[in-house]
Amino acid sequence: MSARGEVVLETRGLTMRFGGVVAVDQVDFTLRDGELRCLIGPNGAGKSTFFKCLTGQLKPSAGDVLVRERPMTGAEPCRMAQAGIGVKTQTPSVFNGLTVRENLFLALARHHAGRIADARTDEALERYGLADLRHRRVGELAHGQRQRVEIAMVVAAEPWLVLLDEPAAGMTHEEVDALAALIRDINRRSTMIIVEHDMQFIRMIGDRVTVFHQGAILIEDHVDTVLDDARVREVYLGS
Amino acid sequence: MDFAVVVIVEILYAVASLALISAGLAVVFGMMRVINLAHGEFLMLGGYSAIVAVKAGINIYVAMLVVAPLVVGILGLIVERLVIRFLYGRMLDTMLATWGLSLLLTGLVTMIFGNTTTGISTPISGYRVGAYQLSGYNLFIIVAGVLVMAGILLTLRYTRVGLIARGAMQSPDMASGLGHNPQRIYMITFTVGAALSGLAGGILAPLTGLTPTTGGLYVAKAFITVISGGAAVVAGTLSSASLFGTITQVVTLSSTPVWGDVAMLIAAVILLRLLPQGITGRFFRRQV
Amino acid sequence: MTGMSERNRHLIVLGIGLILLFGLPWVVDVVTLLELTIYIVYALFALSLGFIWGHGGILCFGQAAFFGLGAYTYAVAAINVGESSGPFLLAILLPAAFAALLGAMMFYGRLSDVYLGVITLVVALILFKFVNSTANETYVIGQARLGGFNGIPGFPTLNWPGDPSAPLMPDEMFYLAMGLLIAVYFGLHGLLRSRFGRIVVAIRENELRAELLGYDVRLYKTAVFAIGGGIAGLAGVLFANWGNFVSPGVFGLAQSATAIIWVIVGGLGTLIGPIVGAVLIQFLTTQLGQQSVVNNAFVLGLILVLVVLLLPKGLMPTLGQLFSRGRRK
Repeated sequence: MSARGEVVLETRGLTMRFGGVVAVDQVDFTLRDGELRCLIGPNGAGKSTFFKCLTGQLKPSAGDVLVRERPMTGAEPCRMAQAGIGVKTQTPSVFNGLTVRENLFLALARHHAGRIADARTDEALERYGLADLRHRRVGELAHGQRQRVEIAMVVAAEPWLVLLDEPAAGMTHEEVDALAALIRDINRRSTMIIVEHDMQFIRMIGDRVTVFHQGAILIEDHVDTVLDDARVREVYLGS
Repeated sequence: MDFAVVVIVEILYAVASLALISAGLAVVFGMMRVINLAHGEFLMLGGYSAIVAVKAGINIYVAMLVVAPLVVGILGLIVERLVIRFLYGRMLDTMLATWGLSLLLTGLVTMIFGNTTTGISTPISGYRVGAYQLSGYNLFIIVAGVLVMAGILLTLRYTRVGLIARGAMQSPDMASGLGHNPQRIYMITFTVGAALSGLAGGILAPLTGLTPTTGGLYVAKAFITVISGGAAVVAGTLSSASLFGTITQVVTLSSTPVWGDVAMLIAAVILLRLLPQGITGRFFRRQV
Repeated sequence: MTGMSERNRHLIVLGIGLILLFGLPWVVDVVTLLELTIYIVYALFALSLGFIWGHGGILCFGQAAFFGLGAYTYAVAAINVGESSGPFLLAILLPAAFAALLGAMMFYGRLSDVYLGVITLVVALILFKFVNSTANETYVIGQARLGGFNGIPGFPTLNWPGDPSAPLMPDEMFYLAMGLLIAVYFGLHGLLRSRFGRIVVAIRENELRAELLGYDVRLYKTAVFAIGGGIAGLAGVLFANWGNFVSPGVFGLAQSATAIIWVIVGGLGTLIGPIVGAVLIQFLTTQLGQQSVVNNAFVLGLILVLVVLLLPKGLMPTLGQLFSRGRRK
């Protein structure tokens, strides 16, 4: 792991246009090693679009994305993953027709040869509390369980950068508490960006927060400072 | 100079033919995202209806322009109620079911009319341009093509019916919230699409000998034209028909009709590779 | 059928396959054996489509392109070379290579669904139209005239490897075809159980997630498509040898369409489904061909429509579900 404070992800003038709509407007964003950054903002503020520009799901209309100083603008999602970035999408993106075990296996199979991957899969099932669900079809699980499977898949191979889009969505209180603990645990090894809506949840995990509004960054500061800021309250609640 | 006129007329004719045979499929695909692979058979049945009507003594223009679309329109209605209606949203299943329908109709017509070729002759005689003899019927087809496309465009853009149809296509829930029945709209749209196919089949009937398998020749071209055209009904079909018609005719005139067809197919592959959503998928998102 | 372990199912299929392989030539006369061989050829062709569609998620509307390439490559090569081993291999590798190229072009262009279907349809159509127009004697590859719509008759058929003077007899052809079908069937099963196969299935399940896990989806799809092309080519070679004649129809729309019908009727998502579908439909077609009351196309079309409306999963998976429901009672 690189020295604390080093810039591991950066965007310069990142812009995303859809037809006439500017969803992300010339965003300069910096992420340092070891950070747990939350992206918040009202619906339509551009945070998910920005997120997708980072994961490779969208090719930006303009601007650059640099990962550890290497330009990765518009790279294919598989290249981002191969660079050690784990992604959880807004709508759960899992292999619904396959079992929990198979899902985790696939997450690990790229990194380990056959038998080792099998062993690691069983370890991961235990570590993420999914052992008793191992033979269930993911498509048959409850929403919260599916989210847990997806997160397990994302972090199983221990990516150095983890991007989560609304990980707490649809979870019960207990699940959210467990998730917060899990995220703090992940953060010990990985740098993280989390897009979220749930303010309580952000308070539980939050470090630095970036607030998006109308495609640009409104304010970026420590979580308490941001949540007390008058502009932020206005953007969320109206004046 | 004469040759230039001939070439232009031939190109316009090729474009108009492509547009005509694609129109019905374009309406149904553009509006409902339904790919009707029995479209070729609708054309073929339009042709047969016209021929049967003419042989029964009906005026050829009435046979082509009224009887053919009417008969195939009714068939389209039946097909929609019995088959298509259950498969909305399932694009692949619709393609497969309509493929089955196409086989079914081909078989049915073979059983009724036999395998032999039937036909009627063109009602318009040829004319001369300098040293060249041209078919007068080609002009009729060009005019028909223009009128059909214009008719579709005007109906969709400027009439209330067209507006409702477009609205239902964009958002069925909204449409039903406003009191319109999307199911009925789909039914009517499919029927209209079928009628258009029948009309095209009727108009094209005098050109070649018609057999039960003629549909197969049409469907590939129509399918390729519509998909390459993209989502917009009129703009898409016209642009791809123009592109392919021109390419086909130019290559045909320089070599053989076979190479003309092959050239069109190659052009389609290149086009789809460069513009995976068709011509209007990228550029004319909100247009009709 | 669910409830039975996969290993037992495989053993049953293998058992049936081996019984047919070794038993049929004893029980049945040569003419019937010849008829059965075509069933095997079609089953192999169906398997190629069933694999790329059911497991790879690639709906190819022009699978006959590779079938035809296999058939024609063999015919042309056999005429030029004389001994059949080289042509046999070439006729499998060429369609596979062509599929790899075509696949790369499509998948690296992120084409999918309908647009993929159109392009594959068009490519098969191009091949058909081109080959169909080569009747003129100027269209020659080496010593082989392409023949256009007349086709290519009377080329050297498969011989025992290395000995051009020992062509395979009909029962030997049957052994070869049936043996290859069994080998390909179990080969594909093995492939699907391998790391490669599991990734391919995952891609079909959720392409985005597979990408986000770092798998280059485009490469895998191209590989699957190439394998399917090779198997279809193999079926084409056997077809060419079965009738000792190839014509442009092998590239035809009807041929591709029929393959799709086989796979749908038999069931998408299994490997035994396409085989069952092909055999069933081919049997039906042959029976129908012997009477003239109801037209062939009519019945096939009706079957297709009914299957799509009533048995959307196809025959084998539906039967499988019925069996498992029966067991629970």
